[in-house]
Amino acid sequence: MKRRNFVAKSSLGSLAALLGVDIVYKNVMPAGYTPIALQDSDPFKLFNKDKGMVVLNDKPWNIEAQAHLLDDKVTPNKSIFIRNNGLIPEEIDVENWTLTIDGESVQQEKTYSLAELKSKFKHHTYQLTLECGGNGRSEFDPPAKGNQWTIGAVYCASWTGVRLRDVLEDVGIKDDAIYFGYHAADVHLSRDPTKEPISRGAPMSKALQDETILAFQMNGEDIPLAHGYPLRVIAGGWPASVSGKWLQRISIRNVVHDGTKMTGTAYRVPCKPVAPGEKVADEDMCIIESMPVKSLITYPKSGATLSKGKKLNIRGHAWAGELEVAKMEYSIDFGATWNNCTIEKPANRLAWQHFSAEISFPQEGYYEVWAKATDTNGAGQPMLLPGWNPKGYLNNACHRIAVKIA
Amino acid sequence: MKKQNHDKLKRNFQGTYQKIILATVIVAIGGIALIYFIFDPSLSAFKGNEPETEIVEISVEDDFDKIENGIHVSTGFIEAPGMAETIQNCTNCHSSKLVIQNRMNAERWKSTIKWMQETQNLWDLGENEAVIINYLVTNYPPKKVGRRAVLTDVEWYQLEE
Repeated sequence: MKRRNFVAKSSLGSLAALLGVDIVYKNVMPAGYTPIALQDSDPFKLFNKDKGMVVLNDKPWNIEAQAHLLDDKVTPNKSIFIRNNGLIPEEIDVENWTLTIDGESVQQEKTYSLAELKSKFKHHTYQLTLECGGNGRSEFDPPAKGNQWTIGAVYCASWTGVRLRDVLEDVGIKDDAIYFGYHAADVHLSRDPTKEPISRGAPMSKALQDETILAFQMNGEDIPLAHGYPLRVIAGGWPASVSGKWLQRISIRNVVHDGTKMTGTAYRVPCKPVAPGEKVADEDMCIIESMPVKSLITYPKSGATLSKGKKLNIRGHAWAGELEVAKMEYSIDFGATWNNCTIEKPANRLAWQHFSAEISFPQEGYYEVWAKATDTNGAGQPMLLPGWNPKGYLNNACHRIAVKIA
Repeated sequence: MKKQNHDKLKRNFQGTYQKIILATVIVAIGGIALIYFIFDPSLSAFKGNEPETEIVEISVEDDFDKIENGIHVSTGFIEAPGMAETIQNCTNCHSSKLVIQNRMNAERWKSTIKWMQETQNLWDLGENEAVIINYLVTNYPPKKVGRRAVLTDVEWYQLEE
């Protein structure tokens, strides 16, 4: 699992020279660490990703899919977005990997080896939708700070693991437990060992759901390194940042977990609606829980040209956080009229649902096919951007593709 | 007799003296060679000036400063006053890509810098702070996109079904 190192023989002095700048943290830079300018320049090979994926950031690695790459019912690794707050752990000692359950609200702290977790508890497999809280951030005005995700920070893979609930029952949880928080092996960007890049969690009600699992497999294989090998908590339907990668420790808290990226503007939105660009005090920000209803047209790829009289078969997926999608519609006249799509039931709770429709176009010209999902509570996707928030979360505006009839 | 003894003694002495000089020279040469070997075990000074890493460094160094069409190729930054300060202070922990994809006004860049200082171990930027903020708002200003932008960069293709 060691990163390839192309310039192992160079000294740090010459590195600074070739980077053209002084390396500020060179005194704490571990031997063998290669600064970003010299890291493997082909992330597609490094992470086995489709060449059509878009690299938003290479330190830390943040890579997103495109709608047409997400056409599979169960997303393969090659199309799964990568979102990192810190640096991917460079060495994983899987033989000695342990998970510790601690915190104010455990009867006693307990540590399990990976083998113990796998042998002691029943295995479960679920298809679970994970979407980055900031998916769609690029569309907010005024622009929101952070990686400018467009539409590709979502997927639904098949995860296998043990229920967090079963493990917590084995540990023994006190009545005052209200939240869980994870701690992981990733490294802070500053390489300061006292800082965690991210340490998030969710209320106990989410922790105790059947589908909240400690996963050791994705799509029937070991979890790829970039997605949390060898152990990851999976909390489908919530911002994907709740699903902590490279999991080492879970704290059961008697307060709302206050780890890195649980406070301030991180993964939080104004409790009450605000005007675009308005300043919001920390105490007026609320933690994002279930993600909103949303859908993607994954076939055809935007830009399709058809000859007149031909019908277009579209398909895609829709999801609704903790809820189900009840209705799926499309429009080819910018929302003036809507037509129903066929929508399948989810493979299991929190899995995305597949839709399809056959579209006829009345005449030649430029069209946009817009897709709109509505959840079981009656909330649908807006055609315009939803409420502005300082960090640009929860953009569930309708997806559309361009089509030309010639 | 006395002189004979003296000459013999002198010859003996001269022979011994020559041996001492020789031994000293050998020890000195050996010592110098040993010390040199400690500092340059690969004896690279005798192999010509062509170590592999040197070649790599020179080519990458050339690349690092390369500007093409007003863009600093290694980082993607727009070449303008303040670019060097921005590279030096803003790309140690994270990639230049994170900077370039963002659009903020001066006030929000300032608060982002403050946040990085409070939580991400960013140092005091001193007088470079104003230079960097000016570079960012000049070259990466916020754009009005409204509530929904038109679709752009559509790659048209013939759909065969």
